[in-house]
Amino acid sequence: MTPTVFTPWSALAGGALIGVAAVLLMAASGRIAGISGIAARLLPPYRDGGFAGRLAFVAGLVAGPVVYVAASGLPVVQTVGTAPLLMVTAGLLVGFGSVWGNGCTSGHGVCGLARLSPRSLVATLVFMTAAVATVFVVRHVIGG
Amino acid sequence: MGVALQFLSGLLFGLGLVVSGMADPAKVQNFLDLAGTWDPSLAFVMAGAVAVTMAGYRLVLSRPRPWCAPSFDLPAARAIDRRLIVGPAVFGVGWGLAGFCPGPALTSLGLGAPGTLMFVPAMLAGMALARWLATRNG
Repeated sequence: MTPTVFTPWSALAGGALIGVAAVLLMAASGRIAGISGIAARLLPPYRDGGFAGRLAFVAGLVAGPVVYVAASGLPVVQTVGTAPLLMVTAGLLVGFGSVWGNGCTSGHGVCGLARLSPRSLVATLVFMTAAVATVFVVRHVIGG
Repeated sequence: MGVALQFLSGLLFGLGLVVSGMADPAKVQNFLDLAGTWDPSLAFVMAGAVAVTMAGYRLVLSRPRPWCAPSFDLPAARAIDRRLIVGPAVFGVGWGLAGFCPGPALTSLGLGAPGTLMFVPAMLAGMALARWLATRNG
């Protein structure tokens, strides 16, 4: 495991930017900024319109680090797992679970909590608990 | 106009993830590691994001309609059903394993880490499977 430094100010500032993004999307297209829903609807079946807008949103997401590096001159520091079986399994679970539960950290965790949605509160408590338990088992039971 | 604003929204979202450090799976996993190298940053990201969204939604939703769509499209579901427990539980296990949720994973695509390039296609496959199963079961 790689220790990281607690960064409250940049965390708050970055969080506020995410909030501005969510408000802008609601003001412009009237939709929740739920990444799992936006990404999943880029795949077939296509039931409603809005494909171009969703693709533009994801293109913006991908452009984020590029603009950050160009504007700040700083690199984006990342420690990403390398074990193929782990990363593929995790990807399948994240993709399946977020669509099955109608939302992920953004849709339920940010937009849903901001709307005081009881469903989103339940979903957020469940995925937080499951994630904390998983990290505990991986790092302190198996890895301990 | 609408498409350009949706690009701008995605860009701000991606910038927020990078600025906050949430594009780094190590930082996310350390938030989840209460018994180890705990890093509380993610709670501050959530607090900042929820506070701004709550205030902004209040302003925006008091308007008659969005700028580029005929009406607001808000989730109508109310039921706390089994899917709302099973889905987030499965998602949480995957999130803990890799430290990636959908936003940071997509934002990281251009950074080209091998782990990201394994995770994202698997995530899209999982999403497609869930949509297919949901359609089949009505």
